[in-house]
Amino acid sequence: MGAVTYAVWLTLIALSLAAAALALDPHLGGPHRRRWWQGLALASAAVLALSPHVVTFSQQELLVFLTINTLVVVSYRLLALTGEFSLGHVVMMGFGAYASALLSKQFAIPVPLSIILAAGLTGLVAFVLAFPLFRMKGFYFLIGSFAAGETIRLLWKAFIGPKGISRIPGVPDIEIGAYEINFWEPVASYYLVLVIAAASIWILWRIEHSHIGLTFHAVHWRDQLAGAVGVNTWRTRTQALVLASFFAGLAGALLAHYLTTVNPNRFAVHEMVFVLIWVIVGGTATIWGPIIGLVTLTAINEVLLRDIGYDELRPLFYGVLLVLAMLFLPNGLETLPARVVRRFRRAKPLASQR
Amino acid sequence: MDFGVFLQTCLNATYASSYLALVAVGLVLIFGVMRVVNFAHGELYMAGAYCLFWVFYQNELPFFAGVAVAVLAVAVVGLFLERTMFRPMKDNPLGGLICSIGALLVLQAGAVSLFGVRKKSFAGPYNEAVTLFGIDALTISGQRLVVIAFAVVLLGALWTFLRRSRFGWALRAVAQDSEAAALQGISISRISMLAMILGAALAGVAGALTATIVPTGPYMGHPVIIGAFIVIIVGGLGSLEGAVIASVLYAFTHTFVTTLFDGTIADITGLVLMLIVLVVRPHGLLGKPERA
Repeated sequence: MGAVTYAVWLTLIALSLAAAALALDPHLGGPHRRRWWQGLALASAAVLALSPHVVTFSQQELLVFLTINTLVVVSYRLLALTGEFSLGHVVMMGFGAYASALLSKQFAIPVPLSIILAAGLTGLVAFVLAFPLFRMKGFYFLIGSFAAGETIRLLWKAFIGPKGISRIPGVPDIEIGAYEINFWEPVASYYLVLVIAAASIWILWRIEHSHIGLTFHAVHWRDQLAGAVGVNTWRTRTQALVLASFFAGLAGALLAHYLTTVNPNRFAVHEMVFVLIWVIVGGTATIWGPIIGLVTLTAINEVLLRDIGYDELRPLFYGVLLVLAMLFLPNGLETLPARVVRRFRRAKPLASQR
Repeated sequence: MDFGVFLQTCLNATYASSYLALVAVGLVLIFGVMRVVNFAHGELYMAGAYCLFWVFYQNELPFFAGVAVAVLAVAVVGLFLERTMFRPMKDNPLGGLICSIGALLVLQAGAVSLFGVRKKSFAGPYNEAVTLFGIDALTISGQRLVVIAFAVVLLGALWTFLRRSRFGWALRAVAQDSEAAALQGISISRISMLAMILGAALAGVAGALTATIVPTGPYMGHPVIIGAFIVIIVGGLGSLEGAVIASVLYAFTHTFVTTLFDGTIADITGLVLMLIVLVVRPHGLLGKPERA
């Protein structure tokens, strides 16, 4: 693959690392902190807008999937904020995909409306699932969410068909004067998904920094204390699950109408494992952590290792990288910039740090 | 379902519960001592199967030489996992789990690169059908009978080892309360190594013994690990007896539902069974509730 592709991916990694560095260190940038954020936002917007025009067709498709997955990992982190790791998130994404596919194909509901309805239905299912699932915590929740998700997925397989649904209507073309936007093309779809994902991530960011988000943190770190001061911990966890599932469903619906097929195997547990890996390797302290993990690992897996060849050995590199990241960067890649900075500072005499 | 089919299904379920119990008991041992959920356990089972394929089929050595190689090789792999991943991660339960997912990917890719993606079907040495008690319906291949016999003997031996030997006592002490055990002078790291060797070896035996029955492939561990997870939850995390009982329960349910309906419905039944246990009795049939 060309040098341009590598440049695009490296820029994406660098931008997300820079954002994480800014978010994690409140003193970084000093009085010009706001400027740094603005500059970063402008640079990111420019890179994201330009990148599909400089890469190959398959890389354009990869960018669409990357953007959809960004929404998946960032929404996953919202649930992780309450301290619970789910193994059912990808099935929630699949629920959105199936719901939107059925609504638009069987009931002829216009696609944009079906996407929103599907996301809402996914939130509703998550609400129902919260009743049994939040009787569990920690490892039990992990396994319980897996069982619930896998049951739903196998029900699709048994009753809708092992091959899923095909010939789902795509997002309708838009005509503006002489221009016609055709969403069969990856570039047009990329912009659509990018706008929706950016808006969703902004909403998720606002939620995290609102009153609700603060209770998520409280439930995570001191759930008995939070309960004692009047936080309904069950309700808080349910809110997190429903919100996270809503956005996962949205991502799934977008995927369904982009691919125009849904397959139950696309939402199997090995896909969930990748989401978990992206989030854990990236880190969950900031919203940028899961994005760093996703972008870096996708770049390594889909660009670097694909270039080197050895297709069947790709999971091997992936697995080794995962273990190394866990052993040497347990708080995620997002802490990497801070670690590098600390290395440089340690070279100075001790007195200057005080 | 007539009576003959019923008996036949019971026999198949007994076979399924025996190898599942071997895998699940190992998983419980590892969890009990290290509090790590080893996602790569299905891949240890797969590694055992490939060891047998390599020794018995490719090198044409005796069947039990293959089983012995599988036990040793998989125990070494388990020991390696303990030393490189689970021990450094012992303060971070989720970290151990994630590392075991990494190990899973590595072992699968290793199997693919050494033996290819295609599944291997090859016949074992004890393939002739055996009719039990002169009843025609109770006909089973000798190979499956070997699996059942091994499971009974090995689990009995393990049980005796845990109850009677000093190492077994120490292991149970660490599983109950590792800090108190450490205060009594028990080396946690040596017991962890022991648990990992035992758990991995059991998975390796199960894989080697079933290699000639199910097609040996790089992804053969997947259904086994899901079954084993259901079993350890239903039986109660950390309870060896619970794991054995739940293996029998799950294998019979799964085999009967598969015979009556189909495999997907059987998978759903197993998962729903686990969900019900998680909601109603999260510490499982024989487990003790976790202390806060």
